[in-house]
Amino acid sequence: MSEAQTVELAAVTKRYGDALAVDAISLKIRAGSYCCLLGPSGCGKSSTLRMIAGHEDVSDGDILIGPRVVNDDPPAARGTAMMFQSYALFPHLSVAENVAFSLRMKGVAKDERLNRAARMLELVSMTDFADRTPNQLSGGQQQRVALARALMTEPSVLLLDEPLSALDPFLRVRMRSELRRIQSELGITFIHVTHSQEEAMALADLVVVMNEGRIAQSAAPREIYNAPRTPFVARFIGGHNILEDEGRTITLRADDLSILPEARASEARRRARISEIEYRGPDVRVGLETEAGESLTAVMGERDFFDSPLTRGSDVAIDWRPEAAHELSRDG
Amino acid sequence: MTDATDTAAEVRPARTSARRSGTGRAGAALAPYLQAAPMALVFLIFFVLPLAATIVVSFWQYTQYSIEPALTAQNYGDVFYGCLANLPSLCTTFLTYLSTLKFCLIVWATTLTIGFTIAYFLAFHVRTLKVQVICFLLCTIPFWTSIVIRMISWIPLLGRNGLVNQTLISMGVIDTPLEGLLYSDFAVILALTHLYTLFMVVPIFNSLMRVDRSLIEAARDAGASGAQILRHVIVPLARPGILIGSIFVVTVVMGDFLTIGIMGGQQIASVGKVIQTQMQFLQFPLAAANAVILLAAVLAGVWALLKLVDIRKEL
Repeated sequence: MSEAQTVELAAVTKRYGDALAVDAISLKIRAGSYCCLLGPSGCGKSSTLRMIAGHEDVSDGDILIGPRVVNDDPPAARGTAMMFQSYALFPHLSVAENVAFSLRMKGVAKDERLNRAARMLELVSMTDFADRTPNQLSGGQQQRVALARALMTEPSVLLLDEPLSALDPFLRVRMRSELRRIQSELGITFIHVTHSQEEAMALADLVVVMNEGRIAQSAAPREIYNAPRTPFVARFIGGHNILEDEGRTITLRADDLSILPEARASEARRRARISEIEYRGPDVRVGLETEAGESLTAVMGERDFFDSPLTRGSDVAIDWRPEAAHELSRDG
Repeated sequence: MTDATDTAAEVRPARTSARRSGTGRAGAALAPYLQAAPMALVFLIFFVLPLAATIVVSFWQYTQYSIEPALTAQNYGDVFYGCLANLPSLCTTFLTYLSTLKFCLIVWATTLTIGFTIAYFLAFHVRTLKVQVICFLLCTIPFWTSIVIRMISWIPLLGRNGLVNQTLISMGVIDTPLEGLLYSDFAVILALTHLYTLFMVVPIFNSLMRVDRSLIEAARDAGASGAQILRHVIVPLARPGILIGSIFVVTVVMGDFLTIGIMGGQQIASVGKVIQTQMQFLQFPLAAANAVILLAAVLAGVWALLKLVDIRKEL
């Protein structure tokens, strides 16, 4: 495997006709780190990935991989490899030949390329399926093959376009840890596009939240969760309440919101009515409507909730520790 | 392949709902046969019966003025008369088949090359469906007129004093008119290619449209050059279309007598031409025997082509 490389975007812009898909984004991804581009559909995350891969022209700005500007290099010359959302396995080739495809293009003899493909299939535990064709495999198996094929080019940067979105939830969690394991084993840079904040949190060293072609925030998962920069980020990663307090826009984690007993109601910051109670197993989500008309969500531990159960429609007082409130800047 | 599973999924609920409704089992079981009946009847009356008649008549006897029911292999013997005895020099029948086969191979190669190129352009370079439809209509223009008019239209173009010769002379490329443009092998191949390229374009286009575009990106990602993508990804995936187009072209050209007759100036032999001549002389049993042999030859060719690809699986 080749050495990990940094990936750097300098004011990278993508226009489709008049439409601006990616708006002058700048970003530096450390070599060997796992970076997730996170955002709703149409936010420009896939276009960004495809520009790094070389499957889309850069309208403006520069893409650097390692020390080189790669704007005009074809995909194979960049040292990147891409894993496609639909896996894009060649239906007319066996699993082994799919994995060995890049070697075949380089003119490597059949025996040698199949040998090397077999070793790669071992890494993704697909050795037994080498002679099958892709349509005989399940979604999860196809994905392993796609991963093996991408790694076969010995990339220094692996690009993954929504790799887990086609899998069922159970498999998604398993493949997630597998991806993380393979990344740390190979030590190369991974850039992973996803619209699932859960996936980004679980995998990434660096989460880049995108919105409308711009980077809303790029930071470590913990920082994103505890200190979202804008209301958009707070809303998108979920588990946050956004409210106006003393002239500021603040965000509060749902688990930082506490519901007070009647006795202490006088010291509460807000009064609210319970609009919804949702039991979720490890915790309980309580939907609240304040007198001012804000909708808030509190999440309480399962045991805490049932120590003093609440009922829908009852009036309660809510409060939070001052240090739990985090001030947001405006969107954009 | 995904199409197949989709339709299977759609068919199942349809069947259960038919069972639930009050139509009754017998009626529901009969319905598909009734639906297929009209086409089956047409097929039976206009294809199976004449074919059976041809096979039967090929074993009959004939004289200059009559044909009589009999069971004789005489006609088949006549077709190959002297073919084995005179080897290695080839008899007329073998020479005719060889000539027809030659046209077949050349026209197959030209229609495939041109047809694949057009289909590739339509599938990968034309972005909108509207433009694709317009381009397709353009391709069908040769079919807007009758075959005879189309044949005759070549004469002012390719004739001794035709447009091509005059243009070349006025440009100073040649001094005397080219003789081989009309009534030659070249003219036959040109006309056949012009006629049947569309038969290649349609099935190949259909195959190419199903090629997942991300496969091409994946190949590029793996370092494949344009030529390598064509050879290792696009052509293999277009194989069913290429095959279906090839079957069309091969069967049509093997049986052609009109184009070869007109464009060859009635000087070039073809199996179809032989059959037509024999029919003009009322030698129906002999013509029938020739037709059966041609049919067998074409079927053998199609069978060989089908060996190359599993059509059922690919469709």
